[in-house]
Amino acid sequence: MNATASWLPALPEIVLAASACLVLLVDAYAGAVRRVVTPSLTMVLLVVGVALMMLTSQFTLVTHREVLFDGLYVADPLATFLKLVGFATMATVLFYSQDYLDGRGLHGGEYYVLCLTALLGVFVLISANSLLTVYLGIELLSLSLYAMVAFDRDSGIAAEAAIKYFVLGAIASGVLLYGMSMLYGMTGTLDLDALAHAVRSGPDAGLIIGVALVVVAVAFKFGAVPFHMWVPDVYEGAPTSVTLYIATVSTLGSFALFARLLAHGLAGLPALWTQMIMAVAVLSLLIGNLVAIAQTNLKRMLAYSAIANAGFVLLGFANGTAAGYQAALNFTIAYVLTTLGAFGMILMLARAGYEHDEIADFKGLATRDPLLALLMLVLMFSTAGVPPFVGFWAKLWIIQALLGASHVWIATFAVLISVVGAFYYLRVVWYMYFEGAGERSRPESRGRMRFILVLNAAAVLLLGLLPNGLLSLCGRLITAG
Amino acid sequence: MQGIGLLSIVIWLPIVGGIVTLAIGDRHASAARWAALISSLATLGFCVPLYTGFRNGTAAFQFTERASWIPALHAQYWLGVDGISLPLILLTAFVTVPVIIAGWSVIERRVSQYFAAFLIMEGLMIGVFAALDALLFYFFWEAMLIPMFVIIGVWGGPRRVYATLKFFLYTFLGSVLMLVALIYLYEKTGSYAIGAMQQLPLSLIEQRWIFLAFLLAFAVKVPMWPVHTWLPDAHVEAPTGGSVILAAIMLKMGGYGLLRFSLPITPDASRQLDWLILVLSLIAIIYVAFVALVQTDMKKLIAYSSIVHMGFVTLGAFLVFLILSATGSLTGAVSGMDGAQFQMISHGLISGALFLCIGVMYDRLHTRDIGAYGGVINVMPQFAGFMVLFALANSGLPGTSGFVGEFLVILSSFKASFWYALLAATILIMGAAYNLWLIKRVIYGPVANEKVAHMQALNGREFLVLGVLAVSVVLLGIWPAPLLNMMEASVQHLVHQVVVSKIPVP
Repeated sequence: MNATASWLPALPEIVLAASACLVLLVDAYAGAVRRVVTPSLTMVLLVVGVALMMLTSQFTLVTHREVLFDGLYVADPLATFLKLVGFATMATVLFYSQDYLDGRGLHGGEYYVLCLTALLGVFVLISANSLLTVYLGIELLSLSLYAMVAFDRDSGIAAEAAIKYFVLGAIASGVLLYGMSMLYGMTGTLDLDALAHAVRSGPDAGLIIGVALVVVAVAFKFGAVPFHMWVPDVYEGAPTSVTLYIATVSTLGSFALFARLLAHGLAGLPALWTQMIMAVAVLSLLIGNLVAIAQTNLKRMLAYSAIANAGFVLLGFANGTAAGYQAALNFTIAYVLTTLGAFGMILMLARAGYEHDEIADFKGLATRDPLLALLMLVLMFSTAGVPPFVGFWAKLWIIQALLGASHVWIATFAVLISVVGAFYYLRVVWYMYFEGAGERSRPESRGRMRFILVLNAAAVLLLGLLPNGLLSLCGRLITAG
Repeated sequence: MQGIGLLSIVIWLPIVGGIVTLAIGDRHASAARWAALISSLATLGFCVPLYTGFRNGTAAFQFTERASWIPALHAQYWLGVDGISLPLILLTAFVTVPVIIAGWSVIERRVSQYFAAFLIMEGLMIGVFAALDALLFYFFWEAMLIPMFVIIGVWGGPRRVYATLKFFLYTFLGSVLMLVALIYLYEKTGSYAIGAMQQLPLSLIEQRWIFLAFLLAFAVKVPMWPVHTWLPDAHVEAPTGGSVILAAIMLKMGGYGLLRFSLPITPDASRQLDWLILVLSLIAIIYVAFVALVQTDMKKLIAYSSIVHMGFVTLGAFLVFLILSATGSLTGAVSGMDGAQFQMISHGLISGALFLCIGVMYDRLHTRDIGAYGGVINVMPQFAGFMVLFALANSGLPGTSGFVGEFLVILSSFKASFWYALLAATILIMGAAYNLWLIKRVIYGPVANEKVAHMQALNGREFLVLGVLAVSVVLLGIWPAPLLNMMEASVQHLVHQVVVSKIPVP
């Protein structure tokens, strides 16, 4: 391997870091036109990032696992795929957020810089192969998110959410660092590959405490019960565009964190953490689904739904098998795709001074705007796990992985609690279709955004009708790594 | 007929038709209506070669199509029909046309969505009956809930939201456990093919759990007592077309599931737990018939009578073990199963027709309360003729299709035990009681009030719809042979499958 090739796999991170600096500079000097220039530049840079990834043909080139930078960094097909999804997700998020930010005068260029650094944090997590890199990624992601939540500085509820998120997040970081230090103390290595071999020996008290602390931090990042209290407040309090960002891009980061730190780094002794994760997952499904029923605010409802869905992802991981990881990856992708649409819809319907985030705001949408109502129906039924949508296959695969590992009762619990979950998604459909519109007006047309939303929902349907592509891709990515 | 994909056409043509109808939109309501009618007629048209090309006398699946669908899950796009599923597919295509016509001028709100929902549902329901892959089956089975949820919720009566949520959650709850059972079977066989699941040896304990999981799914759909409570609510609140589809076809899916999944996949558990089904069926026949008697809402009355008649279906299907142990021969068991199957088709036509009749009256008086009517025959003689015919068919009058199924089931229950036959035969009395009493109160007697006196006679569209259904009810009643011949080989095959134990020999 020559000298250029050795840093080539890290091109996405390099591009992102450079982009963040560039956007910061341009925004500072662009003057009056920066309202247009900064978002456009960010979009262009994201496209450049994807193009460079394609040009260096990472997607085809990286067919095997490659460890770089003295073992700190790993490049494998899973990383490449997740980064492409990350680019695409962030581009969609920015696209959906544009009108919303304009309507609220949130023009600061820092917003885009923070989006880029948060994405960089996600990417670092995706390629992390050492405890240090994992921690670096988490901190980069989290610190950017704290600032983004508080970005609407006139909003009291946003500031409150940001403080809660920051304080709890800081504690979680501390716990993670403590756990990592114990792991290091017991094994003498920071390298995840070496760690995977080192913990094979068998459990002792120090190792168990270390792993437990790490699990706590990971569960916090997922928003899993009992470390979920930040999720509803942050989802509701943050500007909707930031909520969208946390629900999608940051979810990719959580998945990567688990895949690298626990599924890979502690692969030697899965018995140490699978039971803890299983308990956390079951609790998340229970609490998330039950509490979501009581919500009247759609953002808050989707927050509890996010907790429940995190439970599903964790169920996949808790299997401790390749089939479970494949199911978890597939679920994460399906969830990100559907959630993009759901929050995109709130952003689409929001107007200046009107958040449109109460479930009651959706009343009569089917008569006011049949197309948007149909799209939302698709998204809601998909999240509820009803075929023919992508969400069905995501849940199916998790259940199948559970049964494959003989967890019959947990699988039964998971499907039964999904029925409870179906109720609150149905309520959105009920308000849209079965209730009168009342005084509510027709939504604005917003042609371009409408078009992307149609594509988004079409993808949800198409991946539901012909799910094989995504399923087998997820299968290959996990087994290849 | 390989390669043409006739089954694919009858599944996807209405769905595409529905999407086109939806795209036409409410602004061109009349175009949407015509698009819907043409799609449903074309689907029915494509069923003709399905009927004529079907070879009786073999239990093998015909018109099969098999393509790779989800290799990652070993699920296939695998379609085919036998003598059990083909009649139900024909019924689905046949009943959808009157439903579309019946909604022609009655539905004025969100017209294109209404017709699109029915067309999409038609395709999905045919998919349920045609699927030979369990995952494909489940895919259609669940997807179908979405259009029905919307139909009841949007065009239904005052308590429509409650009814539709109850309908959705009830059936969803039933189905998810079936999904777990199906995945469990998949883990054992390595494929979702229903045929492979039917051949898989299973221990009695496994069979029992799987049987119960299936039973919950199918019993909710049938619906069997005591999980029937969603049905009266859904029926009362649904628009006429929704009630027709619900009674005529959706309930049959439960019966079909019992015949296609429960009996052949878990024969030993079925044998062991057949008392459960038989007792629940008899409760449905006797107790629910009394409940039907006291209803004051016409739709509710017919809804409860549907539960009674579906009780006959489950009774006929699960008598097989008792008959076998009592007589030692399979012929009696076959006739019970034949009766169950026939009853499904016949009930589909009769209950559909009755709901259409109630719809006709409701459109004129906007009430379903029996007390609001009386002496309808004086103002709508043609309509009264149809209504009386269907009500008599519903009570099993010889010469109508209602008689054949009931007769076969009662006949075979005699072979099982005199007492079963005695209890089952109460349907002849109770059925006559609630049907005739309904007729007496609504159709006969002097004109009850001013509103009834001003009811308008049947229009051409209504006459056509009821006429076609009346002809088919009578035709099947006096000449049931074509349908019975079509089913015979498959039913025999099923009975042979069911009596062979699947418990692995150690």
